[in-house]
Amino acid sequence: MPYSDQILEHYNNPRNVGSFDAKGENVGTGLVGAPECGDVMRLQILVNPATGVIEDAKFKTFGCGSAIASSSLATEWLKGKTLDQAMDIKNTEIVEELALPPVKVHCSVLAEDAIKAAVKNFQEKQEARQPAEAAVAG
Amino acid sequence: MLKLPIYMDNNSTTRTDPRVVEAMLPYFTEQYGNAASRSHPFGWAAEKAVDDARDQIGKLIGATGKEIIFTSGATESTNLALKGVAAMYKKKGNHIVTQVTEHKATLDTAKRLERDGVQVTYLPVDKFGRVSADQVRDALTDKTILVSIMMANNEIGTVQPVADIGKVCKERGVLFHTDAVQAVGKLPIDVQAMGIDLLSLSGHKMYGPKGIGGLYVRKKDPRVRLEPIIDGGGHERGMRSGTLPVPLIVGLGKAAELCRSEMADEIKRTYALRERLRSRIMDNLPESYLNGHPTERLPGNANISFAYVEGEGLMMGIKDVAVSSGSACTSASLEPSYVLRALGVGDELAHSSIRFGLGRFNTEEEVDFVSDLVVREVTRLREMSPLYEMAQAGVDLKSIQWAGH
Ligand SMILES: Cc1ncc(COP(=O)(O)O)c(C=O)c1O
Repeated sequence: MPYSDQILEHYNNPRNVGSFDAKGENVGTGLVGAPECGDVMRLQILVNPATGVIEDAKFKTFGCGSAIASSSLATEWLKGKTLDQAMDIKNTEIVEELALPPVKVHCSVLAEDAIKAAVKNFQEKQEARQPAEAAVAG
Repeated sequence: MLKLPIYMDNNSTTRTDPRVVEAMLPYFTEQYGNAASRSHPFGWAAEKAVDDARDQIGKLIGATGKEIIFTSGATESTNLALKGVAAMYKKKGNHIVTQVTEHKATLDTAKRLERDGVQVTYLPVDKFGRVSADQVRDALTDKTILVSIMMANNEIGTVQPVADIGKVCKERGVLFHTDAVQAVGKLPIDVQAMGIDLLSLSGHKMYGPKGIGGLYVRKKDPRVRLEPIIDGGGHERGMRSGTLPVPLIVGLGKAAELCRSEMADEIKRTYALRERLRSRIMDNLPESYLNGHPTERLPGNANISFAYVEGEGLMMGIKDVAVSSGSACTSASLEPSYVLRALGVGDELAHSSIRFGLGRFNTEEEVDFVSDLVVREVTRLREMSPLYEMAQAGVDLKSIQWAGH
């Protein structure tokens, strides 16, 4: 099955490969998939806590070309989006943009899961910090 | 000059040798008679060509030409061997012994026979993919009618101790079939010395044409009989009816002759290429592992797992090289290769495997190009792999609760 030009482009020139310190206050990390299933995605967002805007995003992926392309595309789309907008990204949009074949749709699902996991992780960190900050202020 | 793409998937199929094609051509347009036509020269010429091919094939495996039955390929040969024996010898018994890394042609045939009441023992293999003659001996019962153990595995290249198994079968008077598709023409075979009663072979794995195969059926000590699966005009001693595809048969015969006359050199050559490829890759990539047996393996096969990199993803990076992966990252099947699993290779390493199949037409230049490319791409993909980063940071990947999907 030949791959689409879009998949190949992201595979050959992946955007935003790398990592943020997962312990960073403003970092949200989503780690989804499993090695024994053949794909693991780690997607990270760097959020401006004042505006709730994603200022930067990075990924690392173990998986097939479509999985790599899906996560690369996701990081591109995440930059500049608010957390709410990020949560609205649908796997079907990734399928469309990359022209993923039916057998690779699960790669886009995984990318959507990774986005949601990263946002959730950031939000949980923020919530965990709230009481502490309140205490300091009080 | 290096020509892309490079073909290194010779365990899947092989290029038909141009000398084979040349030998076949006259049998399409000039000598196009039916080998069963006894009444005119067209038929005689065809029959002679078929008999010559039988002899060429027989000679390659230490058999006589008369013991070769032509089929459409090894899948059919194996179906005929297993089903034919099960039906013909059902009064004698209903037990078959095989092993878990056989090709699907054997495993699925065995499964169908199980549905029809045949009992099948699937022997486990060791970490190199081998069964032992002792395992076979221990599995035999007084109801066993057939042992079917492949000579060499198509994925990992492991060669089974066929001669030892043949000896056990002879001692116990049990028929022995071997799927020798990957070994015929690549390794010396002697059905007498190895105690083989039935042997499947395939044209397209030995530089012959696709759509033709053979089944060696022993005629003497013992005379093996088979219930046919295809009925009709009674061709091939009644075991496989249907007009013989003379050009394909001529091609298979020529392919066999070439394999035989060039085998000694070809083994040395493909082995040297394989070792060059293997060492250039593995010496430069830590945590790469050879799957299958280190020495008891097909000369041209190297199946290597690259930790932290997914096989199919790697294949995209080396897309100018035709190879196979033990990973199947599709929604239909997230299962990695059952062969690698049977060796106890972890699923994550099974997903990271690439099979390189070197053959007659590969060159040293190609090997160098491919090994450099693989090293470069694995390194690039590891930089992109969260698993690699975690492992480098000392995280035990097994300790993580993965959210599988
Ligand atoms: C070990 C083995 N057995 C059987 C077969 C089936 O052979 P054929 O393609 O001729 O049906 C193959 C080829 O895929 C094989 O590698």
